[in-house]
Amino acid sequence: MTISTAPAPLAAGPPVSAAPARGSRLWSWLAFLVVALYFVLPLVATFYWSLRAEKGVLGFEAYRKLFADANFLPAFSESIVNAVLAIFLSLLIIVPTAYWVTLRLPGLRPVVEFITLLPFVIPAVVLVFGLIRLYGRPPLLLTATYGSSRVVLVCVYAAISFPYMFRSVDNGLRAMDVRGLTEAAQGLGAGWGTILRKVIFPNLRVALLSGALLTFAIVIGELTIALFMAQHTLGPYMAELTRSKVYEPSAMAIVAFAITWAAMGMIAYISRERKQM
Amino acid sequence: MGGAQRPPQRRLGQWFGVLPFFVFSSLFLIGPTLILAYRSFEAPQGGLTLDNYRQLTSELVLNAYGMSVRISLTTALVGGLFGFLLAWAVSMGGLPRPFRSITTTFSGVASNFAGVPLAAAFIFTLGRIGLVTALFKVFGIDLYETGFSLYSFLGLSLVYLYFQIPLMVLVVLPALDGLKRDWREAAENLGATPGQYWRYVALPVLLPSILGTMILLFGNSFGAHATAYALTGGLFTLGTLLIGQQISGDVLHNPGLGYAVAMGMVMIMALSILIYSLLQRRSERWLG
Repeated sequence: MTISTAPAPLAAGPPVSAAPARGSRLWSWLAFLVVALYFVLPLVATFYWSLRAEKGVLGFEAYRKLFADANFLPAFSESIVNAVLAIFLSLLIIVPTAYWVTLRLPGLRPVVEFITLLPFVIPAVVLVFGLIRLYGRPPLLLTATYGSSRVVLVCVYAAISFPYMFRSVDNGLRAMDVRGLTEAAQGLGAGWGTILRKVIFPNLRVALLSGALLTFAIVIGELTIALFMAQHTLGPYMAELTRSKVYEPSAMAIVAFAITWAAMGMIAYISRERKQM
Repeated sequence: MGGAQRPPQRRLGQWFGVLPFFVFSSLFLIGPTLILAYRSFEAPQGGLTLDNYRQLTSELVLNAYGMSVRISLTTALVGGLFGFLLAWAVSMGGLPRPFRSITTTFSGVASNFAGVPLAAAFIFTLGRIGLVTALFKVFGIDLYETGFSLYSFLGLSLVYLYFQIPLMVLVVLPALDGLKRDWREAAENLGATPGQYWRYVALPVLLPSILGTMILLFGNSFGAHATAYALTGGLFTLGTLLIGQQISGDVLHNPGLGYAVAMGMVMIMALSILIYSLLQRRSERWLG
């Protein structure tokens, strides 16, 4: 799998250093422009093609065709549902784990951190290989039907989100006084469930939201695992579209880019909001 | 919170907080990997063997691994270089402040913009009908006549750089921020030129971080499957694509070898992540 990173919460940056020499500023512009050209060109080219589906005029015909495709919306909505389920599953598992590791079982931290890094170590194509071998035949026949495969897919997506989710929640926990809040809640007679639900979760809102958005951006168009588990989600649909159509793939790429941009923009926005609070 | 005085069942109760995590990880991360590991030592007639690993040197496997290594090395070096230059330009190169936040936000987007949409975007740019290909034609150069192809080592490397450069930027930028201004002033007071400052102070301090991130980039490209699959239909010679072909239809004609290929990939990934974290820890001594 590819490693993903959320935009760093806009740090104040380093203290503005003394004005660099004119020569180095020239080099900076040059480096920036060259790299920017490389990054902007594919977007421009794709956008240009997406406007050309109708002969002779520039218009949004490719987008209309994409959304009118009978397979697009079902795949899209299935992917959204999968992503949302995976996010909730991941939160349900990671928040208590990070909380317990911070408060009660610090000795387990290295083990938990190691396990959350496993999705970086096991490429998606290897992971799905193992899943098919483990669950594709008795006694653990879980990939026999479309529905049960879908359950496995959602669970794997949740597991893939562990590196981002754990990092995000762990940072959130470090930023608040977990022990003090817990003791105060206990002093008022709250049980563990109440503490997690009414004290820890609300204080973690920003961390949870960025973890969730990042997971969404990664999972929504995931190809490899869905492909080999024969799921009709957005990833395999987009791959098929790219093979079979001329203009629609460009519209699809622009839409996908916009979704990723929206998710990352929201992460940057909410983490800046918190800074100002 | 006197945890020590708690009755024993409460202490056992603590484990229930982390139990779901361990069960879940075993089912969906560790279990699938362990079964591949076990099967990779299984002989076709039953019993345990190292034979599958010996066959990793067969031509088909070596070619696929070789291409993966070439692409990963190239994009790690080139992506590392350009990512570092960009990070340097927006952090200390004197570009106006907004460029920095534009760069970090865009890097967050681009490093997540892998897979099918990325492949499609490059097909529209450098494919046979691509805009840049057409531009070159206007100037009388037919890219595909000169031997260039998007579906080759060079083409795939160009595509991978789209998520490699941003990852380098995002990981190296904090390291650049960690360079203390005092060091530069001290060097200048001692009469060092900017070149000498970089050569004897900044680069040695940054080196573990730069190297570590490049190794991270190596792993990032080595394990990538979706982008290459979407671009080539899964038929290109590449480590991850070979595993994909093996899943769909035993192209190696030996299931055991398929498992060994998968495990070899996990080992290379594990090694690169390990070296990355060791180097990162080392660089934190100065830049933490």
